[in-house]
Amino acid sequence: MIQNNPIGRFIAHIILIIGIMIVAFPIYYTFVASTQSLQEIMRPPLSLLPGNHFWENYSAALFGGVGRIGGVGVDRLLFNTIVMALAIAVGKIAISILSAYAIVFFRFPGRMIFFWLIFITLMLPVEVRILPTYKVMVDLGLIDTYTGLTLPLMASATATLLFRQFFMTIPGELVEAARVDGAGPWRFFKDILLPLSKTNIAALFVILFIYGWTQYLWPLLMTNRNDMTTIVIGLRKMISFADADTEWHLVMVTCILAIVPPILVVMLMQRWFVRGLVETEK
Amino acid sequence: MASSTRVTFPNKLLPYLLLAPQLAITAIFFYWPASQAIYQSVLREDPFGLSTQFVGLDNFRRVISDPNYVNSLQVTVIFSVATALIAMALALLLAVMADKVIRGKGIYRTLLIWPYAVAPAIAGMLWLFLFNPSMGTLAYLVRSAGYNWDPLLNGDQAMVLVVSAAAWKQISYNFLFFVAGLQSIPKSLIEAAAIDGAGETKRFWTIIFPLLAPTTFFLLVVNTVYAFFDTFGIIHAVTGGGPGKATETLVYKVYNDGFVNLILGDSAAQSVILMIIVIGLTAIQFRYVERKVHYG
Repeated sequence: MIQNNPIGRFIAHIILIIGIMIVAFPIYYTFVASTQSLQEIMRPPLSLLPGNHFWENYSAALFGGVGRIGGVGVDRLLFNTIVMALAIAVGKIAISILSAYAIVFFRFPGRMIFFWLIFITLMLPVEVRILPTYKVMVDLGLIDTYTGLTLPLMASATATLLFRQFFMTIPGELVEAARVDGAGPWRFFKDILLPLSKTNIAALFVILFIYGWTQYLWPLLMTNRNDMTTIVIGLRKMISFADADTEWHLVMVTCILAIVPPILVVMLMQRWFVRGLVETEK
Repeated sequence: MASSTRVTFPNKLLPYLLLAPQLAITAIFFYWPASQAIYQSVLREDPFGLSTQFVGLDNFRRVISDPNYVNSLQVTVIFSVATALIAMALALLLAVMADKVIRGKGIYRTLLIWPYAVAPAIAGMLWLFLFNPSMGTLAYLVRSAGYNWDPLLNGDQAMVLVVSAAAWKQISYNFLFFVAGLQSIPKSLIEAAAIDGAGETKRFWTIIFPLLAPTTFFLLVVNTVYAFFDTFGIIHAVTGGGPGKATETLVYKVYNDGFVNLILGDSAAQSVILMIIVIGLTAIQFRYVERKVHYG
């Protein structure tokens, strides 16, 4: 074996540990800051051990309402963000699996045109059509609504392409057998296709949940009211270096609360997430 | 693929119903605004929005000859290249190390994938907490060492800060792909080279690195797209394009010109230029994926 090199392995461990420290330190530092009082935060260097204001800061941010964002509590921002992430993940999976099903298991006029129409949306991210999209949303009265925050993000080519790719690997005999047994398209979809797609759906769920949770430009454009915005945008509004009254201890708490839920999802569903990411994006 | 011999269902209306939700959303929220962007890019509107006039490619000419636009193009290129290189180099180093160790592989992976779940804007804020001159502990240490550190005033330092945050966030993603890429290299090949007397460094550069080329190329495209588009949050939350215009990327400028300064025609022209860039990047990505499907 070539790997039998204890010194090389030792160096590898050291480098990995340094890597983990670089990756984890900014998050740990913010957590430490979130347990300190405002005065302690404003007086660097900060202690590297958590302080004793944990409950005080977290309950103040969560339920007390934050002055800089019009007295809205972080609990409300968290609720909005959870709604957004879940609705986008579930909606996107539902919409994509249906259209991929249509494209792979049916023959009908215009099939390839529809496929290309969906594919081309890959090339039209929000960033390249900011103003006109905003105008459409205003005209439809969707600003500051959950529909506006979620519905337009539910259509995208990536999930459809993924399901299409997976459906194409399902042998035709399976469809034939189902038809011989008298199963219609709905039965086939519900009893055969959905169970087979379970792993793909789980993987996609993690990726899309993170996608929804970490949105920035979209909620920035679509929300004016502080009680309708997401935690990431709320956090941005809480920070100002010019003003002396930024409540940094609450900022740190909000930051940790904005990071922890998606990290938990990635960690707990790691197996599906890693497979999904590496296999689907290739 | 044997798509012509695929067994299908005979329904005529059902497939249209199945496609309807996606097509409706796509038409209303993607195609309609995108066509509006193209339409507005050839119009000139007066400041009061009372009259509009067809001006052909004038908006494009003005945008391209605007020194601020050229500056923001340069900023974007520097930002993207630096972010992609740093994020990929660190990820590759960590992946090669993780491939070497026998114990603790799983733990290392678990601890390295955190930042994937962190929103880019929040990644930027985390780094800002560490490095802002008024309260950041690391900024305090850098300043105590006698170095004049103030990313809120110095453009180059602001760039260093946003690049660090953007690269930090992307390490996990690249790491997972490099680990997968390394696993797919046949061990026998590396052992054969070892038997022929190739040292570790030589084995890496002559065998492992070339065989990783498809992964590296794929990641290069993905990281470029990320740096161009997904990092808007970092710029908006950390520097606001400043100080001066030192960190104003193309996407930030479109947002700023259109949404904040309300220069409609120019913003639309910039949108169309960005669209062309995305189309180019996507085409490269899919050409490459196609090739991989056929020969890989």
